[in-house]
Amino acid sequence: MKLDPKIPNGPLAEKWTKYKATQKLVNPANKRKLDIIVVGTGLAGASAAASLGAMGFNVDIFCIQDSPRRAHSIAAQGGINAAKNYQNDGDSVERLFRDTIKGGDYRAREANVYRLAEVSGAIIDQCVAQGVPFARDYGGLLDNRSFGGAQVSRTFYAKGQTGQQLLLGAYGALSREINRGTVRFHERCEMMDLVIKDGRARGIIVRNLVTGDLERFAAHAVVLATGGYGNLYYLSTNAMNSNGSAAWVCHRKGAAFANPCYVQIHPTCIPVHGDYQSKLTLMSESLRNDGRIWVPKKKEDAEAIRAGKLRANDIREEDRDYYLERRYPAFGNLVPRDVASRAAKERCDAGYGVGTGYAVYLDFADAIRRLGKEAISEKYGNLFQMYQKITDENPYETPMMIYPAIHYTMGGLWVDYELQTTIPGLFAAGEANFSDHGANRLGASALMQGLADGYFVLPYTLQNYLADQINVGKITTEGAEFDEAENNVRQRFERLLKTSGKHSVDFYHKKLGKLMWEYCGMARNTESLTKAKQLVAALEEDFWKDVFVPGTANEFNPELEKACRLEDYFELAQLVIADAMHREESCGGHFRTEHQTADGETLRDDEHFMYVAAWEYQGHHQPETMEKEPLNYEHIHIATRNYK
Amino acid sequence: MRFTLHIWRQENARAKGHFETYEIDNISPDCSFLEMLDILNERLINDRIAHPVCFDNDCREGICGMCGLYINGRPHGNDDGITTCQLHMRKFHDGDDIWIEPWRAKAFPIIRDLVVDRSAFDKIIQAGGYISTTTGGVPDANSIPIPKHKADMAMDAASCIGCGACVAACKNASAMLFVGAKVSHLALLPQGKIEAADRVKRMVAKMDELGFGNCTNTYACEAECPKLIKRQNISRLNRQWIASLFGRDRNS
Ligand SMILES: Cc1cc2nc3c(=O)[nH]c(=O)nc-3n(C[C@H](O)[C@H](O)[C@H](O)COP(=O)(O)OP(=O)(O)OC[C@H]3O[C@@H](n4cnc5c(N)ncnc54)[C@H](O)[C@@H]3O)c2cc1C
Ligand code: SF4
Ligand code: FES
Repeated sequence: MKLDPKIPNGPLAEKWTKYKATQKLVNPANKRKLDIIVVGTGLAGASAAASLGAMGFNVDIFCIQDSPRRAHSIAAQGGINAAKNYQNDGDSVERLFRDTIKGGDYRAREANVYRLAEVSGAIIDQCVAQGVPFARDYGGLLDNRSFGGAQVSRTFYAKGQTGQQLLLGAYGALSREINRGTVRFHERCEMMDLVIKDGRARGIIVRNLVTGDLERFAAHAVVLATGGYGNLYYLSTNAMNSNGSAAWVCHRKGAAFANPCYVQIHPTCIPVHGDYQSKLTLMSESLRNDGRIWVPKKKEDAEAIRAGKLRANDIREEDRDYYLERRYPAFGNLVPRDVASRAAKERCDAGYGVGTGYAVYLDFADAIRRLGKEAISEKYGNLFQMYQKITDENPYETPMMIYPAIHYTMGGLWVDYELQTTIPGLFAAGEANFSDHGANRLGASALMQGLADGYFVLPYTLQNYLADQINVGKITTEGAEFDEAENNVRQRFERLLKTSGKHSVDFYHKKLGKLMWEYCGMARNTESLTKAKQLVAALEEDFWKDVFVPGTANEFNPELEKACRLEDYFELAQLVIADAMHREESCGGHFRTEHQTADGETLRDDEHFMYVAAWEYQGHHQPETMEKEPLNYEHIHIATRNYK
Repeated sequence: MRFTLHIWRQENARAKGHFETYEIDNISPDCSFLEMLDILNERLINDRIAHPVCFDNDCREGICGMCGLYINGRPHGNDDGITTCQLHMRKFHDGDDIWIEPWRAKAFPIIRDLVVDRSAFDKIIQAGGYISTTTGGVPDANSIPIPKHKADMAMDAASCIGCGACVAACKNASAMLFVGAKVSHLALLPQGKIEAADRVKRMVAKMDELGFGNCTNTYACEAECPKLIKRQNISRLNRQWIASLFGRDRNS
């Protein structure tokens, strides 16, 4: 495997302009003859398919749910970043670029991040033109808020439903193309395998989830926009159908997987409360604009609260420890997510947690006093309602209880500057690629990246690839490669449906999630990772002995869907562990307890680890091999990440 | 808590459906409705009682619009302003009988058990529920100021999650609230006005073609909408539609 990031040369700020000026084009008559498969209808997939369809390419798009609008992007709450500098607070492309590189703890590729910042403004223009009802001020202009890791207000939002509105915008654009016939939409279809012919991605095998039929689709190029693998941990803020399988089948077929150990833990989620729980609900980062995080200063108080003898409001101001404001005066409650998460864990591990002991307070009393209940409700009403429905407590009166949870995966399929994976003709966009966020993503940057990839990057880079494909003619679904891929999928179903053990798939998924959270979660070390490796292997063995997957492959059968995804998670878990083990440093979301400063901050090792780790599949249960893509910072000055 | 569940079981679109009764015990009041069904399914699998009950769901936080069960005669169950996944067992009494059915509407055929096919909603949107834009070449986002109250009204209409509860609640299985929400969202914004007349005509024609019923102004839809979409959106739809017949472009 050879990694060539294909970064255009020249000064950073001119790379993208230069690329666009010199890329190859396809003329309109030829575009119609070129087929593209897009898997996934989230922000990345829907925006890519809509743009490519409008350009005149022939597009097929797929998703697991019953409508493109259900993709997990719909759940994003807080907002989307863009360097518009509408607030005149000193923002610029350069600053957004720097914040993102720093937020990612200097583990992202400069050229990609700069391009992301560069196109961010156009995203907002595009969305407004589509009718996305962003929040406005009384003058009728767009309003902004702040997110973690930034000292400017550059986050655009639509109440607490930004992802929903952005996705509906992209869904509208996609619907228009479906109506015009340039895009064909396939709902309830799950991609099960990638088909490679003559070394290029040429098609996919999908399972029609309603009938169970396996269907073949061929194209000149395949775009994967299938989201992240946070559900590896079972309990996460992701939707139930979010999964890592599409990316994983591509990895099995040769696409390198980069930085799998970089997973993001979000500091403000509703804490775990029972074993029957199926997901953790996020309370948007935007709440940290007005909410203050604290735990009791005295252990006795924390104990009394846990025992139900005291309530949050009984603790006097001077007995509260606003630990983020104390430790990080410059950024206070708005430190990046990894920092805020670890700080919460530190307090709870030290015995100051409230609730079950694994929770801290997020308090709005000050903000309500300052701005009034009305203003707070206007900003966060739907989040407060969501909180109340789940917990039966009123956050206007008593502080919210929150705790960190798995939220986002920075790791993913390795892609070059053109978003192409190591398999020619296979592109990856959105959360599915290893992306522009380095070791930690800043809030409100995933929506920005997904839409940047789909609206403004792929339409150029995919065209550059397809320009060479005009003469190959129609790709058909015939041939040994399709037969083999389809057979493999069939055999896989047979293997799973032969099981007749005692437990459901979820039973194992919960166990896998719990052990990954425990030993390969917020803090990791050689010992815990060694343990995780053994436990995952043992659990996988037990799974094959004792799982039961009911029903058949020829019917609507969610249990079979889940079983396939879990089978892939067992392999993916081992890769996450191996990557975490090899990275003998702490950076961003990856915290190795062996590598920390005296006051508990991450300790990077730039001399040895300033690279992207791209892993190559070697077969089931074989250790994977790793290739390094060195990160050369030409523009930015590397520093310790300091939010004090 | 303990419950007696009566659940609609139907193997596929062609099969005949029936209610099946299951007893379930030891349910925490903090458990969500869908988690309660997870627990039931776990048991159906472990004890080889039956194929697990199929129901649609994804985000489990009230935003994707994927879940939707008809519970004791109410879409999304007995609480206001929530989806099925946001319903918690504390809203029931210990020992309750709970009847669980899929959405019932001609335009939403059943796929299996509680899962229905709502692609008709997508088809209505495809008929015109968007502003025609092509990527790139649009003006700066702040070039058209929009009065805050207009933007807020558009946002409220745009919060529809496409769940279909309004159709399920309506005795005529009308989709007017869903269509009205989209028509309003776009017509309230200057960007959306240009195509307003054409949009409303095409969406309404598609809705009729797909077998949704007529609106007879009982507003059961409004009462059951998890996102509190208001009936005024239906009035706006009607005004827009009438105006479109006369070739006038009335937008408020
Ligand atoms: C609760 C929550 C809140 C968030 N809030 C914010 C925020 O405020 N700001 C921000 O910037 N980011 C936020 N994020 C992150 C952000 O929402 C996601 O990273 C982003 O939306 C991912 O978009 P995507 O297009 O890559 O994938 P997704 O939206 O996850 O879409 C994946 C698509 O792929 C399809 N798919 C998956 N596998 C297959 C398969 N095998 N076959 C066919 N189809 C498949 C799915 O059906 C779906 O259509 C939030 C995330 C969560 C969980
Ligand atoms: S109008 Fe309300 S009930 Fe109808 S689809 Fe939209 S959110 Fe659901
Ligand atoms: S599962 Fe998404 S709204 Fe209920």
